[in-house]
Amino acid sequence: MQGLGHRTAAPTASALNALTPNSLLAHRAAKPLLFLAALLPFAWLLYGAIANTLGANPAEALIRSTGDWTLRFLCLTLAVTPLRLWTRWHALARLRRMLGLYAFFYGVLHFLCFAWLDMGFELEAIVRDIAKRPFILVGTAALLLMLPLAATSFNRAIKMLGAKRWQALHRAVYATALLAIVHFYWMRAGKNDFVEVAIYAGVLAVLLGWRLWRSLGARHGTNPGKQGASG
Amino acid sequence: MRRAPDHPAPSEITPKGTALQRRHLIQGAAAAAALAVLPARTQAQSPSSSKLAALPGAKSAVPGALSMDKPTSYADATSYNNFYEFGTDKSDPAAHAGTLKPRPWTVVVEGEVRKPGTWDIETLLKLSAMEERVYRLRCVEGWSMVIPWVGYSLAELIRKVEPTGNAKFVQFVTLADRAQMPGLRSSVLDWPYVEGLRLDEAMHPLTLLAFGMYGEVLPHQNGAPLRLVVPWKYGFKSGKSIVRIRFVEKQPKTSWEAAAPSEYGFYSNVNPKVDHPRWSQATERRIGEDGLFAKKRPTLMFNGYEPQVGQLYAGMDLKRFY
Repeated sequence: MQGLGHRTAAPTASALNALTPNSLLAHRAAKPLLFLAALLPFAWLLYGAIANTLGANPAEALIRSTGDWTLRFLCLTLAVTPLRLWTRWHALARLRRMLGLYAFFYGVLHFLCFAWLDMGFELEAIVRDIAKRPFILVGTAALLLMLPLAATSFNRAIKMLGAKRWQALHRAVYATALLAIVHFYWMRAGKNDFVEVAIYAGVLAVLLGWRLWRSLGARHGTNPGKQGASG
Repeated sequence: MRRAPDHPAPSEITPKGTALQRRHLIQGAAAAAALAVLPARTQAQSPSSSKLAALPGAKSAVPGALSMDKPTSYADATSYNNFYEFGTDKSDPAAHAGTLKPRPWTVVVEGEVRKPGTWDIETLLKLSAMEERVYRLRCVEGWSMVIPWVGYSLAELIRKVEPTGNAKFVQFVTLADRAQMPGLRSSVLDWPYVEGLRLDEAMHPLTLLAFGMYGEVLPHQNGAPLRLVVPWKYGFKSGKSIVRIRFVEKQPKTSWEAAAPSEYGFYSNVNPKVDHPRWSQATERRIGEDGLFAKKRPTLMFNGYEPQVGQLYAGMDLKRFY
């Protein structure tokens, strides 16, 4: 976890220094604020479900919104490292775990909404549906892949696994992102409606393409990303 | 038919204005109880009351034309629509269909008929007596509504134009005008949107040429000024804002068939036993009726119109002709 060293600079810095993006991100309040901000979509959907403001088909609205938010948090999580290296706001690294866990949180909500609102929690129907419909199978795989990452997201897990192995395991998030976008594409395919899919696919292509470019560069000895291999 | 005791007779259907007032009250109370600070979205979007011209119709005598199911609220029926010419989102038609100009309007009738011609909307409105028909509407996406339409059997018009012996199918072409329809900029479908029926399907008395709903002329987002309603088929078979009716010998290619042939067939009869490739068609969610956590209700063969239309498909393999 590079960049943690910058954190110690924040409390002793002058008032002027304290206003740099990096020191703001390193501030004690940054994590609680992000925690609350990331809960807002959930709060909004919960309110909508209770107050019946989700339109004529609230079940569909809930299933789709939770899926959208899963994708958004996946994009945000994957944006942390490129943004950190580009802007040198190294304190961003502190927030990555929470963003990743929120992607998992909204992914679980997405699955629960599908299983409950669409399938009525009938286990047999859910299993049959997952096996039968490729786009649901792909979405389920994306969620299951996030499970070991969420389960090893605490600090001790890094020590237990060893930093190298932990990092290798957490690269599974790339596969999750790819499966998630395939899931979304497939879901929209029948209606030929790809505008939103293209936006998310474009963002993910940049974020994953950047990593590929870096790792290829490193292999060729140009080493463009010396500062952090924790992508 | 399900929960028979508390089903209203069509004559007992709550008038739109009253229903809206009640809906507002209920929604207002729910919203206030939940979180008084945030404004309720649907409240702001519901139409105030009847702003459109009245279009009354006598109760239809056609067998099966008056469903006993509780009609969907006017607010839901006019805010949750698929009308891709105005955008692919369900809320797009209500938001963007204001640019549609339902007058002047003509419908060209052509092809294998002895009396081809151009029909003015005013003439069509007077062609036959207006009837009210309460139909179930099942969308291919897995949701359903119950709509009190106003119109008359398409057969009335077909008889007037006298199809020739070569007329085996009827093709419906709907409006595609970039000036009126912002959704045409997207290439979701090949415009104009075209649909088709076999001639015997088109002649069936339940096949409705609709000009209104809920006792008023059709709102733009629901296909003003005239549309088709084929209650035993998935909703997309019922073309909106029709400008051309063509009688042809060969089965016409429909828009959804062209876009995704493995997912949408020419017949597209509501059939719980033939699944869409990406979802089951065995059950459906009745908009506004089935609570968020309620079990979805079973979908009925031919959307419950099997007694009336089943014989049209006698001996046909409905898995093959989906």
